[in-house]
Amino acid sequence: MNWLYDFSYLTQSIHESLSGNFEPTTVTIIEMVIAAVAIMILFAILGIILVYAERKVSAFFQQRLGPMRVGFWGTAQTIADVLKLLMKEPMINKNADRFLFNLAPYIIMLAAFMAMAALPFAKGLQALDFDIGILYVSAVSSLGVIGILIAGWSSDNKYSLIGAMRSGAQIISYELSVGLSLLTIVVLTGSLQLSTIVESQADGWWIFKGHIPAVIAFLIFLIASTAETNRGPFDLAEAESELTAGFHTEYSGMKFAFFFLAEFANMFIVCAIGATVFLGGWMPFHIGDWQGFNAVMDYIPPIFWFFGKVGFMIFLMMWFRWTFPRLRIDQLLTLEWKYLLPVNLMNILLMAFLSLMGWHF
Amino acid sequence: MEETVEKELESKEYFINMGPQHPSTHGVLRLVLSLDGEIIRKVQPHLGYIHRSIEKMCEHDSYQQIVHLTDRMDYLSCHMNNEAVCLAIEQALELEVPDRVKVIRTIIDELTRLSSHQLWWGVMGMDLGAITTFLYGFRDREMITDIFEETCGARLTMNYNIPGGLFFDIHPNFQKRTKDFLTHFKKKLPEYDTLLSNNVIFKQRMEGIGKLSKEDAISYGVTGPTGRASGFSCDVRKQHPYMAYDKVQFKEIIETDGDCLARYRCRIAEMWESMSIIEQLIDNIPEGPIKVPTKVVIKLPKGEWYQKVETARGEFGVYIISEGQKSPYRLKFRSPGFSNLSALDHMARGCKIADLVAIMSTLDLVIPDIDR
Repeated sequence: MNWLYDFSYLTQSIHESLSGNFEPTTVTIIEMVIAAVAIMILFAILGIILVYAERKVSAFFQQRLGPMRVGFWGTAQTIADVLKLLMKEPMINKNADRFLFNLAPYIIMLAAFMAMAALPFAKGLQALDFDIGILYVSAVSSLGVIGILIAGWSSDNKYSLIGAMRSGAQIISYELSVGLSLLTIVVLTGSLQLSTIVESQADGWWIFKGHIPAVIAFLIFLIASTAETNRGPFDLAEAESELTAGFHTEYSGMKFAFFFLAEFANMFIVCAIGATVFLGGWMPFHIGDWQGFNAVMDYIPPIFWFFGKVGFMIFLMMWFRWTFPRLRIDQLLTLEWKYLLPVNLMNILLMAFLSLMGWHF
Repeated sequence: MEETVEKELESKEYFINMGPQHPSTHGVLRLVLSLDGEIIRKVQPHLGYIHRSIEKMCEHDSYQQIVHLTDRMDYLSCHMNNEAVCLAIEQALELEVPDRVKVIRTIIDELTRLSSHQLWWGVMGMDLGAITTFLYGFRDREMITDIFEETCGARLTMNYNIPGGLFFDIHPNFQKRTKDFLTHFKKKLPEYDTLLSNNVIFKQRMEGIGKLSKEDAISYGVTGPTGRASGFSCDVRKQHPYMAYDKVQFKEIIETDGDCLARYRCRIAEMWESMSIIEQLIDNIPEGPIKVPTKVVIKLPKGEWYQKVETARGEFGVYIISEGQKSPYRLKFRSPGFSNLSALDHMARGCKIADLVAIMSTLDLVIPDIDR
């Protein structure tokens, strides 16, 4: 059971057994393929679980049961939905730009895949461990907006175009807040590498150690990342009561499912980044000198800690979505440029000052 | 070269068809929007997608049948529509309906108004992107439709009124269940405020949007909560009391801001008033017959009659011209939704698409009512 606490045992043993049989280049290629397949499987499983979770959570908020018919408590509902979507006819508008129309869902999916590769899921379980991890993840996750813009532009539908333009303005604005709120913690850690950031939280998560600036940064991150993933109350790009379905109005079948899945994958990614940077990633919850308590916490494997924290943040985001009404586009931009951004910049200065004086824990 | 570039970049108005199939037009209303980016320059409502020529059909139907047709207009205030026609016929025949009928009609009027406002509240939240409100609204509305179902067998298009009285007597459970509903809803209505009314985003979305001045409201003929939110005192229940409305104490809710938030507040306050009206009447339903016998074939004497009632959306009028036959020579409905919709262009100019949705929600449009 050691591997459950430190995945480097597992990865090392795979690496060694492969190295014994193959050339070094072949080994690298095989390992890359294994990592890619693992991420894709995770992606599919996450999609199924998160769609089910969203439906159940929304049902919980709305005093109803949610899916109950297919499988035990409706657990097979998502699978049935996927099957339905697979069988649907992929329709394309007559005047649509066919190449871009077909390309757009893949770009969005690609962005999500690329971001997922750098996430530290547990000790030793991380496909790519860059020294510029955070920069890479935030850069890659904002690639998705290109897919949205292409989708809106190529579908030859004014609703889609309005949705895409809204989304462009929104994601580019909120990207700043996400980046800056992450930078606030980078000031403390002094490293952009995700694994180092996690290691630095061994004796306490940054949200507790970083005083008030860390809490402010976390709140800003929550708001901005909800906006960046185009989820309610910031779902202006979809805005089903205004723009029917926004940028993916014209998509049907599996291509629509890609957009749908990418939304959930993006939600997972931003929550995972938030959990990693603010809530200690896979680090267990420790309180100072309470040896017994800390030992019990250590007994829970890191991978459960990670998914637990991510699940908590995802629940928060679902909570927002099913409670708040939607903002208007000008209010959305006002919130970012007049409130979040100045607060964020001041917050970084404050954090830099704190860190310089060594006032954080 | 520079000139052409400038010409290319000059913003142009473009058109977009909102409807007839659109989630927030609540039916088959088609709005042709002239847009400049997201800003609305002009709104042109186009009707005719659900036209059933009800007025023409009335010229061939007997008076009892006409009552049933009105259910299909404003289906959310069907009981008031029925009542308007019945009142006109009763006026023409000079029938005095029994007190029991008056009180029961008034109670069901107010229950219908409550259920209509509950649905409006839920749908309005959904239009603004808060889907949870929709299910909250429907949860409470279900209790009212259950009461209706028990008494008259139908949940939506009730057909409970007939010229001269009511179809059946109320169900024995009616009073108890109505009181149960009132105690339930008194606890739940503050929940509406905590979920939506006091939300910062909601207030920002509603405040100052879709302003309609009192003068404009009067000139467009805007009535109901929409008109009263602009300060136009137009409650038919107060000004021309019919049925038991002269016996009960209630306030006419008048707001002066004339924006979306005022219309919202007006409807929420009306729900409290409706509950108080029902409370005053529910224990005081007099005994007596539930209808005045009429002839099987009703023939109105020669003449013209106009009767109006206050539906959940505003003033609903019925104008009957009779030649002494078993069907009217001409029958004209004055539906509140039609006049309210006509003010939409005035209110929405210069707003954004999201505001248009909010304005339409607070107008509380029911399309079959506008397009008969």
